Amino acid sequence: MTVITESVLQAAPVTKTRGYWGTVGRRILRDKVSLICACVLIAIFLSALFAPWLGLADPYQGSMIRRLRPIGTPNYPLGSDELGRDMLARLIYGGRLSLIIGILPVVFAFMIGTVLGIVAGYVGGKLNTAIMRTVDVFFAFPSVLLAIAISGALGAGIVNSIVSLTIVFVPQITRVAESVTTGVRNMDFVDAARASGAGALTIMRVHILGNVLGPIFVYSTGLISVSMILAAGLSFLGLGTKPPEPEWGLMLNTLRTAIYVNPWVAALPGVMIFAVSICFNLLSDGLRSAMDIRE
Amino acid sequence: MTKLVEVENLNVRFTGERTVHAINGVSFSLGEGEVLGLLGESGSGKSVTLRALMRLLPKKRTVINGSIRVAGRDVLALDDDELSMFRGATVSMIFQEPALALDPVYTIGQQISEAVIRHEGKSQREATARALEMLEVVRIPSAKRRLDAYPHEMSGGMRQRAMIALALACKPKILLADEPTTALDATVQIQILLLLRELQREFGMSVIFVTHDIGVAIEICDRVAVMYAGQIVETGTLRQIVRSPLHPYPRGLLASTTHGAKRGQRLETIPGTPPSLDKAPTGCSFAPRCALAEARCTEALPPAIDVGDGRMARCVLAERIQPASV
Repeated sequence: MTVITESVLQAAPVTKTRGYWGTVGRRILRDKVSLICACVLIAIFLSALFAPWLGLADPYQGSMIRRLRPIGTPNYPLGSDELGRDMLARLIYGGRLSLIIGILPVVFAFMIGTVLGIVAGYVGGKLNTAIMRTVDVFFAFPSVLLAIAISGALGAGIVNSIVSLTIVFVPQITRVAESVTTGVRNMDFVDAARASGAGALTIMRVHILGNVLGPIFVYSTGLISVSMILAAGLSFLGLGTKPPEPEWGLMLNTLRTAIYVNPWVAALPGVMIFAVSICFNLLSDGLRSAMDIRE
Repeated sequence: MTKLVEVENLNVRFTGERTVHAINGVSFSLGEGEVLGLLGESGSGKSVTLRALMRLLPKKRTVINGSIRVAGRDVLALDDDELSMFRGATVSMIFQEPALALDPVYTIGQQISEAVIRHEGKSQREATARALEMLEVVRIPSAKRRLDAYPHEMSGGMRQRAMIALALACKPKILLADEPTTALDATVQIQILLLLRELQREFGMSVIFVTHDIGVAIEICDRVAVMYAGQIVETGTLRQIVRSPLHPYPRGLLASTTHGAKRGQRLETIPGTPPSLDKAPTGCSFAPRCALAEARCTEALPPAIDVGDGRMARCVLAERIQPASV
């Protein structure tokens, strides 16, 4: 008997211990699509971050005689815009603002929405009704319309567009958080935690949050692309960034008049928005499958 | 002998769209170091009784009457903070499905140490040491590495051991076991039962063991309470109930096991189905299915008849039937 148990002990496959995020990271690296998307995003991030040190032309310096140069012109690798400013420099500098107003609202909404959703889902009852019905009010408006309305009311500006986009996203994240929380709330391990003496706060902070963070996180990553497009839309309408500040949505707006003259250059800011959005979407998809380590 | 758990005339009602009288006048007690089995089919109120003991039932939709005293304290009067300290430290619970009762996103070590830190205010290091010690106590092989394992990386039997380690981490006086072996296959079942029995002796705990499996009850229990439709219909020592049940329900249950059956013959069954619990019972709940039912069975609730030796049966027939000498 002892011999048998000993050999069983030896044979028992014990998985090499890795943290949760270690496992997720390893699985992301194995997924080619996610890996490429992550690399593209990192490249765009880094170039935006280190733009002043990249030896680029001045993104504000225009030239009346060199307007709307096509892609590939010497000194203008990606052409120039309607005021003769270097497109490459403007696209890279534009990434700074575009990424900030694409990501920050989602980050804020993620924090607010997660808390609201978990509390609503776990406590339930009247509090749930109060929170979720308030959230429903915001759902009555299409998100574009809501963002325009709030931005319009607050006035144009970067801070105001971040605020308005946060308000647009909080209800969506709250709803997702609430629905996953109600799914987790009745699981046995929540009962088990209560049976071992955990209070409501501990259960929400440790057991609920740990189990709902993944789905909410993935959903929020998907929202970044929406946020970038909405932010671009706000700038396009003149509610976001003000010229001459480089920002992709605003650039798309001002270059729109040149679409028949030089369509390739005019399309470039749109290409950037598209590339970043789709990378975030594919990455969130990859993250979803990588985070489900129980598969 | 001091009684660790004393439950008197416990009534649990679930309110809402439909009222369910889940527990109707349950009384029992549990001595120190004793293993009490709650035996009954599904829906008979075993788990509800267990959860009522820890006040785990949803507050808003449950009405609890009666008295529950555990270790000299009135459980129904505890406030939230006292309840937190009571759960896990005085009374602890293990669940039917260990795959669901362990949090999937934390390692076993984290889950055990979390409970230890909460109840005993130990440092992370001490708590981890305790977790390791507990995993060794429940005989998990290569315990040190299992500390960092997630529940999904373990087998069913191993998970149940981890669950037991978690439940015992703060050295509770009473362990409530809610069908802990039902989700496991037969060979693992017996290992877990033996382990529980051993730990119960080692720690000097009292255990309330809920099961629908008489075979399991025989392995582990000292005393058995048979439940039917939210009532305890018979209590006695394991031997008394298995050898000479008084109440027709446990008799029917025992007759319907494969134990004494002949090959090729149909098993004896109890006809009918358990009653709905929409109304509080006014007569014997088992009467409609009982072959020996009389008119007075449905007229009034049969009294709990004490037949001596700490034995009780809630049946009018118990007045006549003298317990067969054991």
